[in-house]
Amino acid sequence: MSLVGPLLLATFLFCVGVYGLIARRNAVLVLISVEMMLVSVNINLVAFQNLLFPAEAAVSGQMFALFIIAVAAAEAGVGLAIILNLFRNRASVNVDDVDLMRW
Amino acid sequence: MLIDWLAIAPEIALTVTALLVLFADLNLRGDAKQLVAPIAGLGTVVAIVFTAILWGDERATFGGMFVVNEYAVVFKLLFLGALLAILGISWRFFAEGRYYQGEYYFLLLTSFVGMIIMPSARDLLLLFVALETVSIPAFIMAGMRKRSLYSSEAALKFFLIGVLSVALMLFGISLVYGFTGTTDLAGIAAAIAAAGDVEPLLLAAVMLVVVGFGFKISAVPFHFWAPDTYAGSPLPVAAMLAVASKAAGFAGLLAIAFIAFEPLAEFWAPVLGVIAILTMTLGNLIALQQRDLIRLLAYSSVAQAGYMLIPFGLARPGATVVNDAAVQAVLFYLIAYAVMNIGAFGVAIAVHRRTGIRSLRDYAGLAQQSPLMAMGMTVFLLSLGGAPPTVGLWAKFAIVQAALTDVTMFAVVLMVFLVVNSVIAFFYYLKVVKTMWMDQAHEGMPALEPGFNLSLVVIVLMVGTVVLGVLPGLISDATSLTSLVAAG
Repeated sequence: MSLVGPLLLATFLFCVGVYGLIARRNAVLVLISVEMMLVSVNINLVAFQNLLFPAEAAVSGQMFALFIIAVAAAEAGVGLAIILNLFRNRASVNVDDVDLMRW
Repeated sequence: MLIDWLAIAPEIALTVTALLVLFADLNLRGDAKQLVAPIAGLGTVVAIVFTAILWGDERATFGGMFVVNEYAVVFKLLFLGALLAILGISWRFFAEGRYYQGEYYFLLLTSFVGMIIMPSARDLLLLFVALETVSIPAFIMAGMRKRSLYSSEAALKFFLIGVLSVALMLFGISLVYGFTGTTDLAGIAAAIAAAGDVEPLLLAAVMLVVVGFGFKISAVPFHFWAPDTYAGSPLPVAAMLAVASKAAGFAGLLAIAFIAFEPLAEFWAPVLGVIAILTMTLGNLIALQQRDLIRLLAYSSVAQAGYMLIPFGLARPGATVVNDAAVQAVLFYLIAYAVMNIGAFGVAIAVHRRTGIRSLRDYAGLAQQSPLMAMGMTVFLLSLGGAPPTVGLWAKFAIVQAALTDVTMFAVVLMVFLVVNSVIAFFYYLKVVKTMWMDQAHEGMPALEPGFNLSLVVIVLMVGTVVLGVLPGLISDATSLTSLVAAG
């Protein structure tokens, strides 16, 4: 199998994530965009491991992907808690509204 | 696989303490909850003892992923010392402020577990896990004041920037893995050196990793979250973010830059050098206009990060002497920075907790109110500026010394910016000092009651700033022994 397919998919997902991060104003959607970027990293790691270094004994690429999945879950949990708390305080999760402090 | 338990004893001690704190908080009621702070302090002391035992040892465990050497031990002592000081300045703040004490100490200790793993990590995987162990509790701690709009705003900004930086860094790491086939730092360096010609995509990957750490250490142009987060978080958390979290970022950046990407130093060193110039200049120029002491300290800490980035700009592939000197200079500066900056935040906490003020104008006449606190703040600010006889002077001197090991055109440019920025910085540091000592106090200022712990921390740090300023050898003897790349 060629490496081009998985890498294109990963790059596409990463770019969608970056776009979402910049364009979306809803904090939950921003969080989803970041998760999308993390998923693209996982695809990269697993694809490199399987197609370029199948003989590597430590399977470090796939192990790395597993760790990223676990950490991303923790991040999403904390992030949603923070967003929920923000919503309780000001009834909005729009990141543009979060501007009490400037300079 | 055999595990070297002694090598990870400090981490285990701190983890056990964190769990004990959580358990104690669950079972204690009412005022007895105050006990969690001494438990945390005791556990920290145990961890310090275990770390001190490791001094002089060379140990590697977990298949070489986790290395203990003098460099790691110095860093761990720095973090654990900072933890003790932060515990001291947070006690009254959290005990009286109706905060969630048990949770705070648990999160604080967890975050520090990640930090003391950081200087030992020799694998991208462990570095990533350590970095996240530092960050995720810190996100929650920034939002600790649940009902405060400022605190939730600080937490959201910190969180979004934090996850973004990690995502960028991970994308870079995945590409580096694709190029080299390993996540071991030394293995990456060997693979890059063996590959010969440099792929542009690999350089882009390196830059992504550097950008990720740039957010952590709040380097310009990735600094904008820092002042908002520091100002919105509870003040002890701001102290922790400004000192310990930043030092952890530097520990990771040092390992990545000087071990894994060392063969590519001719590409990243100029970039980091330019970032250093931008960081110190912009940080200082914006700090000049701040009216709020916490924001002033935040921008000053941005500028300080710029000074600490200078040695990175000096690095060159293969030049072991220069690189070692650069690493030692960063380490020296971090130690000095921790001493003086935690102290400054300690005084800010003492003033804020009693009077609720944070604007610079309200510091007028602090010297009559509380000579000790005013004296402490003066010493810390002078030290941050780099005046003799304080440790801040020697910290800047260490950087100049690193630049002098091998003088290049770029090193000279960096030194010019260092000197010019030190002068700019004095302007706003001295403005605070003048307000404290010369301006007339406002009517009806309540007396400060800093409490025993905070006063002790401020006194110790103040004495430390001056003593280390007279005898800088106390630090440099330890840091000059350290070499990032240990044999074994």
